[in-house]
Amino acid sequence: MKSGLVLCVLFFSLVACNKDDGGGEYTATPVALDIPQLFADNILPPVLPMDNPLTEEGIALGKKLFFDPILSANNTQACADCHRPENAFSDPRRFSVGIDGSLGNRNSMPLQNLAWNFDENFFWDGRSVSLEAQILEPVINPIEMANTWPNAVASLENDPEYPLLFEQAFNASQIDSTLVSKAIAQFLRTLISSDSKFDRFLRGEVPLTPQEENGLNVFMDETKGDCFHCHGNPINPLWTDNIFHNNGLDEFFTDRGRSLATGDPRDDGSFKSPSLRNLAFTAPYMHDGRFETLDEVIDHYSEGLVYSETIDPLMKKVSEGGVHLSPEEKADLKAFLLSLSDPSFINNPDFHN
Amino acid sequence: MKKIAILLSIVVTMVSCNNNDDSSDPITGCMDENSLNFNPLATTDDGSCEYPTVAFTFTQDWDGSAIQNADFDVTEYTNAHGEVLTLSKLVYLISDITFTNASGDVYTAGDYNLVDVREGQNLTFTPSVALPMGEYIVSFTFGFDDEDNSGNYPDLNSADGGWNVPMLLGGGYHYMRMEGKYTGATTFPVEVNFQYHTIRAADNTTSPITLTDTSFDVNLGMITIGENTQIEIKMNVAEWFKNPNTWDLTQLYTMLMPNYDAQIMMSENGAGGVFSLGAVTQ
Repeated sequence: MKSGLVLCVLFFSLVACNKDDGGGEYTATPVALDIPQLFADNILPPVLPMDNPLTEEGIALGKKLFFDPILSANNTQACADCHRPENAFSDPRRFSVGIDGSLGNRNSMPLQNLAWNFDENFFWDGRSVSLEAQILEPVINPIEMANTWPNAVASLENDPEYPLLFEQAFNASQIDSTLVSKAIAQFLRTLISSDSKFDRFLRGEVPLTPQEENGLNVFMDETKGDCFHCHGNPINPLWTDNIFHNNGLDEFFTDRGRSLATGDPRDDGSFKSPSLRNLAFTAPYMHDGRFETLDEVIDHYSEGLVYSETIDPLMKKVSEGGVHLSPEEKADLKAFLLSLSDPSFINNPDFHN
Repeated sequence: MKKIAILLSIVVTMVSCNNNDDSSDPITGCMDENSLNFNPLATTDDGSCEYPTVAFTFTQDWDGSAIQNADFDVTEYTNAHGEVLTLSKLVYLISDITFTNASGDVYTAGDYNLVDVREGQNLTFTPSVALPMGEYIVSFTFGFDDEDNSGNYPDLNSADGGWNVPMLLGGGYHYMRMEGKYTGATTFPVEVNFQYHTIRAADNTTSPITLTDTSFDVNLGMITIGENTQIEIKMNVAEWFKNPNTWDLTQLYTMLMPNYDAQIMMSENGAGGVFSLGAVTQ
């Protein structure tokens, strides 16, 4: 045993020597994503692109970039200004305001569990087909950060800290937009929420209240809420299908949604189902933030549905406006929905500047 | 570095010496007589066995008229009861493709395939089953039988927002989600949404919940399996509304999952001739 140990030590010394001797290429420190057990047990593994492996340095750089206004044209706006940690990385304003005061036309989406968006369609209309591609857009959107990539990259190159950080994260002597998006994507993939009361209930740690339990049943009952066909169920911890639906908001569309990305008129008025996780923190609701409260959202599905040609067949009793939940069922449903809130996610110091 | 090299060479020498000590060299090759490249002389299986490839393709039609992506939300069909309808979604699960030969040998991989017609996903499927060439009765299960339905499948839980069925509705997995709109109302809007979802029949008004396995076996008949065989499985969607139960969509259009009797009827219609064997090519 002793000789084995000696051999081991010898071996490691040799390897260590080797590293110094060979002048081998520098690589950043790999990080394994901490996958919650509920996710590992029940759904597919996260989407982690081979060409952008998670590293300590990459995640740290992505976090710094996320909270730094340096990417905007006039150094006034960071990603985090419209994706606020305390709002599960969404914006409490109906429409975010760009650097020159321009208003957006959609509500900022929360950022959580993004590595489990298996189809990798990002934005309300799914027009970006990877997280890395999505990140490239707000920087140059004239009503958001209104920058150009050459300008953003020049700002980073001229910064006293960033060149070294990019070197440490990517072994790169030159910064470019691809590396910026890769770093931010790495940080975003670490934004995992898996500790809501309902998660803890599933882990057997806490009971639900009778009201929450009733609400769960309203959610799962096809004759009542039937929320699960789009928003998942207890063994799909994402609480979204990440698929596009016309959920009966309007008869006519001022924003055509998914069809803007696909060019297919059958997608008119369809938007991605958002996750219900953390919705206590993500008001206002819908792609255009038209509902300020959860009650308004529940009322919409219960009696506010509006017919249009592309309305999703999952919308029930459209001619009557919906399934007409009783006030008690609505209150129960709301109690259940609030159990999907994960305060540890919005308070996680790793996710704050 | 030098030390490692010396150490390595010693190890390698020892290993090679070992080999030389053996009385006879092993003959490597495929040792499975069911394979295409069975080597009767082989004494060590080297994992090189090759088997016939059987690829299934899934096609869908409405009484013979093919259903493609462009037909969804657009092409109008008339069901046996007379309702005019369009389809928005057609996703279904098949499992346990099984090959049985004349001597009663049964080959099955016990795997499954989720076909998404509109999105064109999984329209071909090659079960991972190692079987010799020959004549087989080929069959499969529509949906999951009770045994398979009790499993937990991360890929299915992740598909289409969660292909599984909430415990409240009996648990297990959906067999099919067919959705669309039919023209039925006399006042605006004349289009009515329908959700023809098939699952294991569950009556949750009883305690405990009454569950009936409504998956069904489809027998495609005798098929010759060669080295490379393609088998077309056809689904005639019109049959879901036809036989033996003429489907009155104006009554049975929504909330069918918890409707025990409706699930039994859907299963009867499914088994009544929805699936058939299409082209077999070698």
